[in-house]
Amino acid sequence: MAVKVIIPTPLRPYTSKKESVELQAATVSEALASLTTLFGELKKHLYSDDGKLRSFVNVYVNDEDIRYLRGDQTPLREGDILSIVPSIAGGTQN
Amino acid sequence: MSGTALRISDALVRRIQAHGVETYPHECCGALLGNDSEAGRETLDLVPLANRRNDSPRNRFEVTPEDVRMAEKKAKDLKLEVIGWYHSHPDAPARPSEFDREHAWPWYSYIIVSVQQREPRDTKSWRLRDDRAAYDPEAIESVAQSASI
Repeated sequence: MAVKVIIPTPLRPYTSKKESVELQAATVSEALASLTTLFGELKKHLYSDDGKLRSFVNVYVNDEDIRYLRGDQTPLREGDILSIVPSIAGGTQN
Repeated sequence: MSGTALRISDALVRRIQAHGVETYPHECCGALLGNDSEAGRETLDLVPLANRRNDSPRNRFEVTPEDVRMAEKKAKDLKLEVIGWYHSHPDAPARPSEFDREHAWPWYSYIIVSVQQREPRDTKSWRLRDDRAAYDPEAIESVAQSASI
């Protein structure tokens, strides 16, 4: 399936300033793998060292959070639009 | 990212500090709306947000992806973009914690206001390095008044 991934502004320095990337993928997992293969510098900002999607990185398919679908195994259809949206978290050390 | 500066009016800094005092001893949080270009980076408005970490609001904050999308929409409506985020450290210094570092992206400006015993103290801005290893301080350049929007 040809799908489009919208790149959030903070990550565009790692995608040659592209605002979106079109690629072929059957699932969200495949789309992200393909994206990070195309743009290797993206990987560390999306995945932690253990290879899992960072806890603050969220993915939407069209307007639906994949947490409420089938996670990264959510199937994609032709023309789907994926958005990568951070949740912002932090706090003091103690 | 060292050498960068964030322009922001004293009035907006005071709003961030007031938000930190208002929510003390809990952490406050919000979005910085503005412009980023080769000419520099300027904060022109704020979107105060609710801290969704109800389990541990004294030393943690969270902005949900839904709130992030809402802040991005507000920015777009104003022909601005979300250039960063602010939060408070109640009774703790205005420097990023290890927890902050693990939950951040480069490019964004992260303003932290230290609120000591309900009094705002230091207000500092930080940017995460490309390699995620550490934050660099970002100079806060005070401007008399933001261009009105």
